[in-house]
Parts: sequence; C-alpha cells; structure tokens
Amino acid sequence: MNAREEVLRRVRRATADVTEDRPEVDVPVEWVYGRPLDTVDVLADFVEKVEDYKATVDRCAESGIGTTIVQALQRLGATSVVVPGGLPGEWTAAIGASGIQVYRDEPPLSHAQLNTIDAVVTTSAVAMADSGTIALDHSAGQGRRALSLLPDRHICVVRADQVVSDVPEGMTRLAPALRERRPVTWLSGGSATSDIELSRVEGVHGPRHLSVVLVEG
Amino acid sequence: MTERRTPEPGSWLGIPPFPKAAKSALENAEQRKNLRHATGTIRAKRVARAAEVPDWEELRTAGAQIKDRVARHLEHYLLQAEAAMTAAGITVHWARDADDANRIVTEIAQAKGVDEVVKIKSMVTQEIDLNEHLEANGIAAWETDLAELIVQLGHDLPSHILVPAIHRNRSEVREIFTTEMGRYGTPAPEGISDNPAELTDAARTHLREKFLRAKMAVSGGNFIVAETGTLVVVESEGNGRMCLTLPETMVSIVGIEKIVPTLQDLEVFLKLLPRSSTGERMNPYTSFWTGVTPGDGPQDLHVVLLDNGRTNALADPHGRAALRCIRCSACLNICPVYERVGGHAYGSPYPGPIGAILGPQLRGMDNPNDRALPFASTLCGACNEVCPVRIPFTDILVHLRHKAVEYKTAKHPTGEQALMKGAGWLMADGSHLETAQQASQLAGKVLRGKWLGPLPIPIASRWLQARDVEAPPAQTFRQWWKDNHEGDQQ
Repeated sequence: MNAREEVLRRVRRATADVTEDRPEVDVPVEWVYGRPLDTVDVLADFVEKVEDYKATVDRCAESGIGTTIVQALQRLGATSVVVPGGLPGEWTAAIGASGIQVYRDEPPLSHAQLNTIDAVVTTSAVAMADSGTIALDHSAGQGRRALSLLPDRHICVVRADQVVSDVPEGMTRLAPALRERRPVTWLSGGSATSDIELSRVEGVHGPRHLSVVLVEG
Repeated sequence: MTERRTPEPGSWLGIPPFPKAAKSALENAEQRKNLRHATGTIRAKRVARAAEVPDWEELRTAGAQIKDRVARHLEHYLLQAEAAMTAAGITVHWARDADDANRIVTEIAQAKGVDEVVKIKSMVTQEIDLNEHLEANGIAAWETDLAELIVQLGHDLPSHILVPAIHRNRSEVREIFTTEMGRYGTPAPEGISDNPAELTDAARTHLREKFLRAKMAVSGGNFIVAETGTLVVVESEGNGRMCLTLPETMVSIVGIEKIVPTLQDLEVFLKLLPRSSTGERMNPYTSFWTGVTPGDGPQDLHVVLLDNGRTNALADPHGRAALRCIRCSACLNICPVYERVGGHAYGSPYPGPIGAILGPQLRGMDNPNDRALPFASTLCGACNEVCPVRIPFTDILVHLRHKAVEYKTAKHPTGEQALMKGAGWLMADGSHLETAQQASQLAGKVLRGKWLGPLPIPIASRWLQARDVEAPPAQTFRQWWKDNHEGDQQ
C-alpha cells in the first residue's frame, strides 16, 4: 500500500464513528461570515491602527498623489525606487522629476538588483481598518512579490474606497483574486520581531519602513 | 566522518521524564526569570487584544466548530485539497511518518542538485527532525526566523512554539551571535551590544546573503484551504516572504489537520491567531499562494501531507480535539507549570499544555516520557479559557492520565490499584463504610485533634511528606446525623 492510500485508510478508520456524511449537517458552524464592524469612521480607524505599527500614513487628494509619494520617499532618504508595471504614469513622472532614480521591472530585475534599490511604490487591493492591514493581490500596479519585499522602504497607495472595516469583509473582497490563483500578501506595518525577550523591534527582513498614502475623494 | 555543515543541535534524547526534568529546570534561576518576564509580557498583550473584539467568544466557538468539521470529515477535505492543489500546479506528496517526509524532502533537494535550503519557521519540521536528516545527507538547512536562528546557532533546543528562544535573554543572544555567526556566514558586527534592535540588524545582514543565493526553501503551513488549494503562512519578520518568494523550489510540509474548508473560513482564524499568539491585531505578514504563478515566486512547488501520529489522535473521540490546535502558544504563556519549568522539560518540540495532550497522542504511550506528560499540569484550566479553538485541555489531560494508568497496570498490578480496589469495596455498601468508620473513630479518639505529619505508612508516606493532615474526627457524619436528625425524615 502506498503512503497516500495508507494515510487515507488510517483517516477513514479513525473517523469510523462519524455516521453523518454531510460535514455541514454533522458540525454546523454558528458564525455569520463576512460581517462588517459598526465602526463610525473606518478611515480614521485604519489610520490609527496603521500608525500603531509605527508606519506612516499621509492623507491626500487624487491630484496630490505624485507629490505625496515623492515627499514620503524623500522623508525616508530613498535615492532609488522601483516601480511595477501598471503604476500610473504621472506618479512615476513626479518621482523622476524629483531626481530620484527610477527603475522599471521590465524586463524583470534580478533579486540582486532589487536588493540594491532603496524603495518600491505600489498600489494595493484591499485594506482592513480594524487590524490596520493592507492586502496586495499583485495585479497591475502592485508588482510581483519580490518587488515589495527586497527594497527596504515600501510606499503603498491605498484608495479610500478600498478600505473596509475588518478582516471578514476583506476576505470577501479578496476571494475572487484568490480563486483566480493570484498570490496575495497581507501587510500590517513593516516587518517586526519580538523574538528577543518579547520586546518588539520594528524592521527585520521585509521592508523596514512602510509608508501609506491614503487617497480620499 | 565529514564535517558538519550546520551547528550541532541539542538532543531531546537525554532528557528524563517530566517530573525529573522539571526538577532540574527549576534550579535554573536565570531561565525562570527570563520566562517570567516573557510570558508575563505576552499574557498582558493577549488579553488586551482579545478584549477589543466584541464577538471574541463567538469567534472561538466558530474556530472550534470549523476545526471539528474538518477532523470528522478529514478524508473528504484531504481529497478536495489534494485535487485543488494538483490542479493549481503543486506536486502533492503523502507521508505516513517522519521518515517518509524526510525522505521526500531529501529526494527533491537531490533532484534539484542543491546542498542547502532556507527554512521558514515550522513546528512540523522540528517534529520530524528534518534539519538533522538533511545534514546527514550533506544538505545544510538554515533557520531564518530570528528565534530559530538563536536556537540553531546556540546548539540549543526550542523551548516555545512561537518564540523558541524564549529561555534566552539579550546578553545570551549577543554571546551566541558573536561566537557563532562568523562560522556559518556573515559575522556579527565588531562590538555589537545586547540591544535587541542591534541584534536583529545583525540577523538581517547574516541571513540576507543566504536568502539571495538560496535555490530551495522548506516551510510548514498554517492553513490549506480545501476548496482552492491555497496555502497560508502567517509570520512577522519577512523571512517567510523571502523563503516563499525568492528560491526556485519550495517544499511545504503540512500536517493533515491543517485544512480549512473554504476561503471565507480564514476570516475566523486570521482574527483569532495573531491576537492569541503575539497579542497583535494582526501579524506583520500573511502570505497566500495557490499553486505556481508564472514569473512570480517559486516555479516548482511541493506539498507534503504528513500524518506522523495525527490519525492516532483522530481515532480517539475524547482526544481528537487536540487536532484543532493552530499553534498560537497562548496555552503555554498562561500555564503556571510552563512559566516555571520552561519548554525543554517536556522533552519534545511541543511543550506546555498542548505538548502534554498532543505528544502522548502523536507518539503513543510506550515511552515513559510520553506517559509522564499528561501529569505535567495542575489541571487549573487556564489553558481552556485562553485557547482560541476551545480545546478542552483538562478533560483531555484527565482522559490521558487514565490511559497512562491503564497502560501501566496492564503490564503489572500496582499498590495503587489494590488501594483503589479496596476503596471500591468500601464505597460500594453503606455497611462496609460503617465498619471502616468504627476504626477511624477509634483513631480519632486516640489522636484528639492532633495533626498528622510525615508517617512511615506505605504509599501514604510520600503523600504526607508534603502535607499535614487533620486527625480523623472522633464522631462520623453518620453518627452525627443519627443523633440530631434521625426523626426528621418522617
């Protein structure tokens, strides 16, 4: 008997006491999925929770995105930045005009090249206010996963209508991308560890600085 | 003999059964201090973050129910997950035990021609001792989680599910990094202090070169979604993202109980896990991947579905609930026994209350160390209250104590057994009890309220060593009732 058959045979034997075949009938789950929280000001909650992770949030209008991105890059001392395909051209133009060196991921840069670039600018898919979480589904404007990982500073643009109250609503919005087998990455602040005496240190392997640009109106 | 590639770890083999191991662990004052500080900190954070969620108790119930549904219909969900992962381009392997899993990983590494792998922190690879197996085959496995790195470089053993180096303080970590880092890659900077931020920075530099050159990664997995074949890894440092993004090949070893039915079920666990585990609203990074994405991440993905004793636990309807565990470690952090003795005394990578109920079920009761584990508890029940999936720890502990005693007495009868048989006779009939009580009244009259200290009575002597007992009363309850209430019943 091969390992697969053997494990499945053991599983069958171990659950021989279960007589109801329908999982949903055998063990009902008393939970209403996808419910929002009754947060009064979802955007304010999102900002508060992201800042609690020591990340920065800049709020701006549609017309001010390019300027705000440049300010965030300058504040973090970035002199080079990689932009994913699909990032709005006027943002890239604004960055270029500021004198920061812009790299495009076309053709794809090597990991070694990405490792020497100071920053990355991406859009996002969904944001969840209650936990201060931003989800990337790595579609146009967000880049492949290595792009938002190797550079040390991540400027992430979130639009107000992408912000939901909590994780359950966020999962509902992300489900289609996951069903299309897109990779999804959740970011809650920059990388961090509590492994030495459980005291939190911001900044380990992932980008050590997360700067969020929240676009309203 | 060829030289080792990675630091030689400590061994679980020399660790005696829990009562003895606990005794020597208690003598380690430094470790006790480190643990008291660390568990105290994390307990306060967990309770604050759980209290923020208005429907926390309902979430816990949902977590328990989803996991029970999966366990009771595991064959259905395993087949669904296998089909979905295969359709997404993942090669699915099955492993009956540690040997199967270790062999599969080794063969993949050999087929790829790699002599080193980077690892995402994984309990299951600790359980099967993957690193040592790879080392024996000339393949170096590099731990990339900070705490795992401290344990690996320290030639040590993990002592906590989430923070395996919880027993080490900052100056010990500094010492380990200064002595060992340079032997296995980029050394720690000259004159590094014991500031956690500086130590973390040294780990970042040390590991960056390993991430960039790695051709293969090994991970565990927090969840597999049966309907889509999506794998989920929850982490903090970004070492997980490095491992699951940069190398060309990735192998994830996942216990068969780690399945959740649907994507939407993740909303329950992704709220429960970080708050219970690190006491954060959300862990910094969570990665989801559903097979191979062309041009993004590993192009050769493998999943090893591992039994290794899980079906033993599943076969016991009373013990099965241990398989709900999502490895948050809240039960360790709240446990008064764990806080004092630390993780090593439990003799396996799963310490604390979850180790005490999981270990003997995964491995069976043949080893005296495993028979001792259900007794490594005061049954105070604090773990029941914090568990995000409502594992009834104390019920399972009592159940396993029963099994441990049965195992022992099946081999040879004990004095305890004779005593219980005697007690059975005594309690079975009122007249038996009355006879015995005449003797105890006599003793009570002789002793006249004197307290009993240590006495040279067989069996009772060990119990009396630690306890003083009041003398038996000169009058029994039955006698008292006869004298005062005999007429009431009419």
